Amino acid sequence: MKTIIDIKDMYKIYEMGSEKVHALDGIDIKIHEHEFVAIIGPSGSGKSTLMNMIGCLDTPTSGEYFLDGVNIAKYSENDLAHIRNSKIGFIFQQFNLFRRLSALENVEMPAKYMRVPREERKARAKKVLDLVGLSDRISHRPTELSGGQQQRVAIARSLVNNPPVVLADEPTGNLDSKSGEDIMNMIKQLHKQGSTVILITHDIDVANEADRMIKLRDGKITSDKKRGAK
Amino acid sequence: MIYTEAFLSAVKAIWAHKMRSFLTMLGIIIGIFSVTVLISVAQGSTAAVTESIEGMGSNLISVFILDKRTTINERDIEDFENIEGVDLVSPYISANYTVRSGSNYVEGVETSGVEAEYQTIRDYEIEIGRFVSEIDNRKRLRVTVIGSVIANEIFGSAQGAIGKEVTVGGTKFDVIGVLKSEGTSFMGDLDKIALVPFSTAQRLMQNSEIRNLYISADSSDTVDLAKANIEEYLIELTDSNNDSDKEDAYFIFSQSEILESLEGVTGVMTAMLGGIAAISLLVGGIGIMNIMLVSVTERTREIGIQKAIGATRRDILTQFLIEAILVSGVGGIIGLGLAYASTGPLTNLMGSAIIIEPGIVFIAISFSLAVGIVFGIYPAIRASKLNPIEALRYE
Repeated sequence: MKTIIDIKDMYKIYEMGSEKVHALDGIDIKIHEHEFVAIIGPSGSGKSTLMNMIGCLDTPTSGEYFLDGVNIAKYSENDLAHIRNSKIGFIFQQFNLFRRLSALENVEMPAKYMRVPREERKARAKKVLDLVGLSDRISHRPTELSGGQQQRVAIARSLVNNPPVVLADEPTGNLDSKSGEDIMNMIKQLHKQGSTVILITHDIDVANEADRMIKLRDGKITSDKKRGAK
Repeated sequence: MIYTEAFLSAVKAIWAHKMRSFLTMLGIIIGIFSVTVLISVAQGSTAAVTESIEGMGSNLISVFILDKRTTINERDIEDFENIEGVDLVSPYISANYTVRSGSNYVEGVETSGVEAEYQTIRDYEIEIGRFVSEIDNRKRLRVTVIGSVIANEIFGSAQGAIGKEVTVGGTKFDVIGVLKSEGTSFMGDLDKIALVPFSTAQRLMQNSEIRNLYISADSSDTVDLAKANIEEYLIELTDSNNDSDKEDAYFIFSQSEILESLEGVTGVMTAMLGGIAAISLLVGGIGIMNIMLVSVTERTREIGIQKAIGATRRDILTQFLIEAILVSGVGGIIGLGLAYASTGPLTNLMGSAIIIEPGIVFIAISFSLAVGIVFGIYPAIRASKLNPIEALRYE
């Protein structure tokens, strides 16, 4: 199977005064296409830093990162923006929708940055909103939607450019258990339909939904197990 | 982002904060309004002044003899008339008197002694009666041609003045003509004058010297030639009497020179007024920068999300810059509209036509856009350079 994410000997070191903090301390991860991986760890374990690296929001101090076969460790900020736009679909804990825009306009945004023509953009956005079951809410603003619905808009947004990787950061963290369950089901559905899904969480129950669990502590991987494996 | 998309989202962002956007715009509105109006007023009054100077006769050359020991005599005047490029010559002498008839009088009337040629030289038109003639001069007749203001104030009308007697500085004169009204200019009321034969004026003013000449050139093309030739003659004339500093011995200038120097002065005035008004535009620009910085801070998180889902620096920069340009551009258009609306009342107020020239419109629009760019670029750059991770964390 094709390797979609290949992280080699990655370090991220912050200098806090005279002290050096190793947020990532020699990480090696390979993730294949169509995998469903959970990255779990307590706060301070480096999972947010790792998520930023995988999501191309940040660059490592040293090490390599092949995303879809391309080493992006040394990419410029501009190139990274294009990579994020086309290769990564973000789902955030805070939903992070644009408050002034309708559901449809929110979903259209990544396609706008990809310069997709207006008509095609609208069609694509409607299609993914339909996929998350919100075709009757396309002109609602985020404030007019429930938390669960907002997160579904965010999922639709993450899919609109059809990226190879969907990156979900505590997607259920701001939701009640019922809505959280809905969202998790939807993410599992995404995986079944062929997306590569990476879930970042501190919640073991959420992490257990994935096929593979990578545990992180103090910037190091402490375990990396497939479900069912002992 | 494609520019139309950036434009639409800028309209939305501005509309989302109507009050704030309007107040920011107000700075530009006032700035563009005052720049446009002040420059137009300056240009309008310049045009009025230029017109009144041109109305004095387009080929006019004035000569003043400053050297006390040099005088011009009738022979010199004949010589002047034969100089190449010169058409007509009239000696000129003037003083202020009160013109009176019975209990009616006008004070401070510029009373000038002239010859018949003066009418053509200065382009005077007669309303009624006739101008001063050669015979009047030869016979030193006590006759006068008066301005319309004097005729109206003393006799009620031009017709009523003809043939009547007035005293000018205590001496009795017969009114033989009334001049057509020339209106007022920056030099005062052009109609508050009395013209008398030169020879009569010399006696009235007890001054037998000729120190001042009004000369007309053959055409506007020969003004410079005529002036040069006259100057040559004047150098000779003053030289024979006096070896001292020649340049101070006489003073000669042509109409076109006055216009040129006047245009220089009004050009400076226009630039100064425009400059002062431009300061308000500067303040307006600072207002835009201020509000854009606030807006960038407020939208930090939004910028973080935009960047996370694929917006490049350029996308963000374009978006904020277009927003700033839109505020200043719309402000500029409104300011210009207000300036247009005010030309009518201003024309009534100033008495000279205030016209906003197409050039000013162009300058005003480009200025307002430039203000948007200059003061919008820094906040836009700041927005574009935000670190997406930190921006996403911003509450």
